Amino acid sequence: MTGVLPVALEESRKVVQALLLSGKEYVCIMKLHGDVSEERVREVLVEFEDLIYQRPPLRASVKRQLRTRRIYYIDFLEMDGRNVLFKVGCEGGTYIRKLCHDIGEVLGCGAHMQELRRTRAGPFVENEGLVTLHDVAYWFDRWRETGDDSILRKFIQPMEKALALLPKIYVKDSAVDALCHGASLTAPGVASLETGIKAGSMVAVLTLKGEAVALAEAQASTEEILDIAHGVVARVKRVLMPRGTYPKGWKSGEL
Amino acid sequence: MPRTPAPWMTERQLLVKAESKTNPKYGCKPEDRPAKDYIRFGVINLDKPAGPTSHEVAAWVKRIIGVEHVGHGGTLETL
Repeated sequence: MTGVLPVALEESRKVVQALLLSGKEYVCIMKLHGDVSEERVREVLVEFEDLIYQRPPLRASVKRQLRTRRIYYIDFLEMDGRNVLFKVGCEGGTYIRKLCHDIGEVLGCGAHMQELRRTRAGPFVENEGLVTLHDVAYWFDRWRETGDDSILRKFIQPMEKALALLPKIYVKDSAVDALCHGASLTAPGVASLETGIKAGSMVAVLTLKGEAVALAEAQASTEEILDIAHGVVARVKRVLMPRGTYPKGWKSGEL
Repeated sequence: MPRTPAPWMTERQLLVKAESKTNPKYGCKPEDRPAKDYIRFGVINLDKPAGPTSHEVAAWVKRIIGVEHVGHGGTLETL
């Protein structure tokens, strides 16, 4: 299996947990065990869009209970004899191998996953700064030789990139350090926020410089948060910024 | 029946609740971090080769860059 694999360095490992649950996209070659018309294959692929059931395979390290998974889309790309090429966007934790098996069952002839390439992992995609191990080794060497820090940008992205798909709440400087200690975010600390937040949503809390402060669970919707003057707006789930990066806010005013 | 859109298809607007400035004395814009911090708070969008496991590939990155710890965002193994 090849493709997009975000590798988090040191501190940014904390955001990787959010990525594990994030959506993925793959391009897959499925080998049918019998001859089926393209029309029939296209028909069946559509049936697997939206909610499906899956039980993790024996080799997986998760509890083997039946669970639902969301297939956001399956795009038929090409068919050549018994080989079917398709693109699939799905929820994290979806087993494409099982998906191919189940498609084969519905088609009646059986099928297996021949080849898989991941084209997206959360916000990380193939055509945005994807680098090979060779690139990493090469550019790292060049950086060491020249001391030119702009070279680091050629193969490393800030950890905030991993949060790109989460709805964001930007907080005032005075609210930052308390959040770094795990305190809940209250209404006075909010500077701005994105639309589409609901109670229970996972959100990324950022400073006005765009730095990741914490992963949090919203306690209210965007509209409610805009409205209220007091009260808890989000509960910190994972602190991402080291304490003391911003000083403790004395009052709710500017620092 | 409308399908649930993928998370990357969602568009959002930014709404201001309170006008606020940030003090340049504290913190740093992610893209401007000095080298040591840029690496420490960095993620590599790696194209995993066929063959080695995701774990082995992450370990290689760790060795090349010389960091103490790495993590990866989702196993790409044969299951």
